[in-house]
Amino acid sequence: MNKVVKNADEAIHGIQDGMTIMLGGFGLCGIPENSISSLVKAGIKDLTCISNNAGVDDFGIGLMLQAKLVKKMISSYVGENAEFERQLLSGELEVELLPQGTLAERCRAAGSGIPAFYTPAGYGTEIAEGKETREFGGKQFIMEKAFESDFAIVKAWKGDTDGNLIFKATARNFNPMMAMAGKITIAEVEELVEPGELDPNFIHTPSIFVNRIFQGVDYEKRIEQRTISNKQ
Amino acid sequence: MLTKEQIAQRIAQELQDGYYVNLGIGIPTLVANYVPTGINVTLQSENGLLGMGPFPTEDEIDADLINAGKQTVTTLAGSVFFDSATSFAMIRSGRVDLTVLGAMEVNDKGDIANWKIPGKMVKGMGGAMDLVASAQNIIVAMQHTNRSGDSKLLSSLSLPVTGLGCVKKIVTNLCVIDITSRGFELKELAPGVSVEDVQNATEGKLVVEGVIPEIQF
Repeated sequence: MNKVVKNADEAIHGIQDGMTIMLGGFGLCGIPENSISSLVKAGIKDLTCISNNAGVDDFGIGLMLQAKLVKKMISSYVGENAEFERQLLSGELEVELLPQGTLAERCRAAGSGIPAFYTPAGYGTEIAEGKETREFGGKQFIMEKAFESDFAIVKAWKGDTDGNLIFKATARNFNPMMAMAGKITIAEVEELVEPGELDPNFIHTPSIFVNRIFQGVDYEKRIEQRTISNKQ
Repeated sequence: MLTKEQIAQRIAQELQDGYYVNLGIGIPTLVANYVPTGINVTLQSENGLLGMGPFPTEDEIDADLINAGKQTVTTLAGSVFFDSATSFAMIRSGRVDLTVLGAMEVNDKGDIANWKIPGKMVKGMGGAMDLVASAQNIIVAMQHTNRSGDSKLLSSLSLPVTGLGCVKKIVTNLCVIDITSRGFELKELAPGVSVEDVQNATEGKLVVEGVIPEIQF
């Protein structure tokens, strides 16, 4: 089966209004830039987006917010975005905030055949409202369920045409768990190579989890907080 | 009174050789600048880096290498990258020895509020709820009072809670406090600050026993 598609426009085929999609990345680091552009171009609306953050005003998921494509965001932190705030306060946008580790584990569970799990994060807080709680070993936990998502879109550093992926540095973040969690997983990579060119010892995401792959173009990789030291 | 840098410097005295440490945004980040000589600690950044190095030079900048505050950083010999689920596995399983966080409010039972002010834009809890639910040892770094002069050390929280019964120690601009079953136990005073000053700035139950020493650097 050929998993290689030409570009992001082709990769997002089948994503429809009202679907739930996962988007990898932490801040603007490791986000699927090409696919986001194509989603904006295609104008697919009423999306529920599962992503740790919501981009900034003019980059990342912020571009999808500008185009009013997002109905609901499921994230752990959504600062740094004025348009997000405007849509939230006006009631155009719904947001569900989750502890970051819970967000990651709900992705991992989804990709692991595990319907739910118990975590201590958020016990006794408003995050726990309406959720089952249970005591183990004298400590209280809340039950969190695996996500369900129609598509997962991830960004990797290198990939082969079979769909094996390697991530770079902290651009890995949520990408490997989301790659496992989509009903259909799309991977965009900076460098697409032939099978056998990646060392099997160092592959992060096995090909079995990836359905579509393409080599992206023109990565901007914008930096949110450019911090410099003056050391020699 | 302590400056922000001095609060960080005092917290750095709590570091022990071999500690894995997670530092929050703000004053906690400054703790890395005051690691005592002879002590080696490894900084964990929850976006997927163990062994966080200093900020890069202009030549070293890599957009793919950031910390949880989204700042560009570097690696050190022995550093390792991992995914977010692995990162929070480290945190929830109690392998992070010390977590230093900022707070809006702490009560005398060790409950902390630092993620939400009702009526204001809610940005989210990020990794804070996971950290406070599981960390073995949590130190809060903060100003003793808020901008309106109200105490941030309370008998009960007014803001939505982030985690229950988790804070063990607080270092403020005025003093060092341990939270025990008895309440806020005053342990050390900042230079020029009296027990009465701390009492006036603390709404929750303050326990003062014996002569309170001055913070030493």
